[in-house]
Amino acid sequence: MDGNADAVIRIEQLYKEYLTEAGPVPVLKDVSVTVEPGEFVAVMGPSGSGKSTFMNILGCLDVATGGRYVLNGRDVGTLDSDQLAHLRNQVIGFVFQGFNLLPRANLEDNVGLPLIYRGVPRGERLEHAREMLAKVGLGAYNRSRPNQISGGQQQRVAIARALVNRPKLILADEPTGNLDTATSKEVMALFTELNERDGITIVLVTHESDIAANAHRLVRLADGRIIYDGPVEHAAPELMGSTA
Amino acid sequence: MTAAMLAEAWVAMGANRLRTFLTMLGMVIGVGAVILMLAVGQGAQQQVEASIASMGSNLFIILSGSTTSGGLRMGGGAAPTLTLADAQALEELPSVAAIAPSSPGTAQIVYGPNNWSTQVIGTTPAFLAVRDWKLAAGFPFTDSDIRSATRVALLGKTVVTNLFGDEDPVGKTLRIKNSPYMVLGVLAPKGQSLDGRDQDDTVIVPVTTAQRKLFGTQFAGTVRFIMVQAESAAAMPAVERAMNELLRQRHRIREGADSDFSVRNLTALANTAAETAQVMSLMLGAIASVSLLVGGIGIMNIMLVSVTERTREIGIRMAIGARGKDILLQFLLEAIIISVIGCLIGVVLGVGGALTVSEVSGMAIVITASSIVMAFAVAAAVGIFFGWYPAKKAAAMKPIDALRYQ
Ligand SMILES: Nc1ncnc2c1ncn2[C@@H]1O[C@H](COP(=O)(O)OP(=O)(O)O)[C@@H](O)[C@H]1O
Ligand SMILES: [Mg+2]
Repeated sequence: MDGNADAVIRIEQLYKEYLTEAGPVPVLKDVSVTVEPGEFVAVMGPSGSGKSTFMNILGCLDVATGGRYVLNGRDVGTLDSDQLAHLRNQVIGFVFQGFNLLPRANLEDNVGLPLIYRGVPRGERLEHAREMLAKVGLGAYNRSRPNQISGGQQQRVAIARALVNRPKLILADEPTGNLDTATSKEVMALFTELNERDGITIVLVTHESDIAANAHRLVRLADGRIIYDGPVEHAAPELMGSTA
Repeated sequence: MTAAMLAEAWVAMGANRLRTFLTMLGMVIGVGAVILMLAVGQGAQQQVEASIASMGSNLFIILSGSTTSGGLRMGGGAAPTLTLADAQALEELPSVAAIAPSSPGTAQIVYGPNNWSTQVIGTTPAFLAVRDWKLAAGFPFTDSDIRSATRVALLGKTVVTNLFGDEDPVGKTLRIKNSPYMVLGVLAPKGQSLDGRDQDDTVIVPVTTAQRKLFGTQFAGTVRFIMVQAESAAAMPAVERAMNELLRQRHRIREGADSDFSVRNLTALANTAAETAQVMSLMLGAIASVSLLVGGIGIMNIMLVSVTERTREIGIRMAIGARGKDILLQFLLEAIIISVIGCLIGVVLGVGGALTVSEVSGMAIVITASSIVMAFAVAAAVGIFFGWYPAKKAAAMKPIDALRYQ
């Protein structure tokens, strides 16, 4: 998996430290990864190994302390905050463990929200939003509020929102972490479909090996370093577990 | 995009109605107070201007007695120093348009069963021209009435109302200090003078009649004051100098000694009064503006709370592509909407309050379009000014920090 001009993600010697009262704490150390278009990558690792930190940097929500990150051909380190916002809006769809829907807005407004920041007029916005809700199987709930539907449904709404700008890349940080096994399966089926049918690149953090089994490639982090990067099926059984 | 933002701001405001309402209330009170105070202040100002217009233009008043020895209004004991002869001499000066020597006093007036105590001014026919005073009915007296000191009178409207009621007074005879006087005419109403007296509570008689028959005087031919009208405003300084010179010469006052009369430029005094009224009006507005400021601070306070409460929402919006300026606009719009709606309600209440005040107290009020436009401009400015800091604070958040906020 070496650097390639049209890779979606190219990370070289990424380094991240948090400034705490006790001084700087390194969380990611010398992380290098390249993700090609259409890949489905699972990121695993014990709690505190830096998975979320890694995803936040990939999602342009946070910035690295050192190293290089090229997203969709653009060196993220050279971009200003407006340009980063543009990337988050157009290239990336982010799915959180806690769904992060706006509680006061109904589902179609939630899903259409990213389009507001692209200046899409209301009519068109709602049309796209309804289309996406139908795609994730919630076409009947356009006007419901997030608190009127189940957790699994809320996560599907969040995925619909991530999809509404037709992103190249979906980043999901433990998207099934708050869901029961049955709903987790449904949500993972949706990710698989997006990857296989629409060719969307997916990077997904999970604790569970059967969730990771949906991916093609596994990246395993431990203490801020990559300890395994390869096909899921070749990973040794102990590497598939949630604790290293 | 702005339409979408407006809709979102509206929803956000609706989410916490009581708080939005209370925040708005600050603006309502502020704007209402400004509108009310401006209405009252400008009303007072307009009233002063009306009094000035009723005074006559390019006017001097020459008073008996020196300014240093007794002030402007001499007590009854002071010797009158001005005479009718002085007045005649003044009339010959260049640029003097008209002259009205006057002897005022107070007298009891009786008509039938009614009596009324009022100011009686003995003066010449020119008085009406100088004061720009019209007759509502009847005729003025003439120079021949002056020469023969006839017992005739012109009545102010207040006197007519109190003595005659609905009866037409022209041609009737009333008694002033027990002597009969014939009513020649009724003066047109003039309203309040600058010092707040009712100018219509007046009776005008020939100056000679007042001197010889009504008040009497130890010093024959003297008057208490002389009103002088200059031909133009530009001529006033020259006229003032000439009058001083002439009177000092006639009164044989030596170089360096105090005059035994004083010349006042009434037009200048009136302008000062007008300026004072304007300053008062501005002061009222300024005081009311303080409440507008307090309202603005209320908005800032609530917006700061709102930004903190909605930190997570800000994080979510940033994560899906909102730029700093989108977040800024969102919060700024909320602040502006609150202040502008507050302003609308404030204008309605302020206008209503002003109308009520004028209804209840009879105070003059003036509501101008410009004061309402100004209120809106100020409200929008307050919204932007006090909304700016919280909105900026929201916009400056880092996405990851905002998302992590619990
Ligand atoms: N904002 C932060 N400030 C300081 N330390 C942090 C912060 N966020 C995460 N950490 C620390 O960084 C390490 C990695 O955290 P994280 O990336 O959330 O791990 P994971 O998602 O794999 O559980 C942990 O030790 C965590 O305590
Ligand atoms: Mg995590």
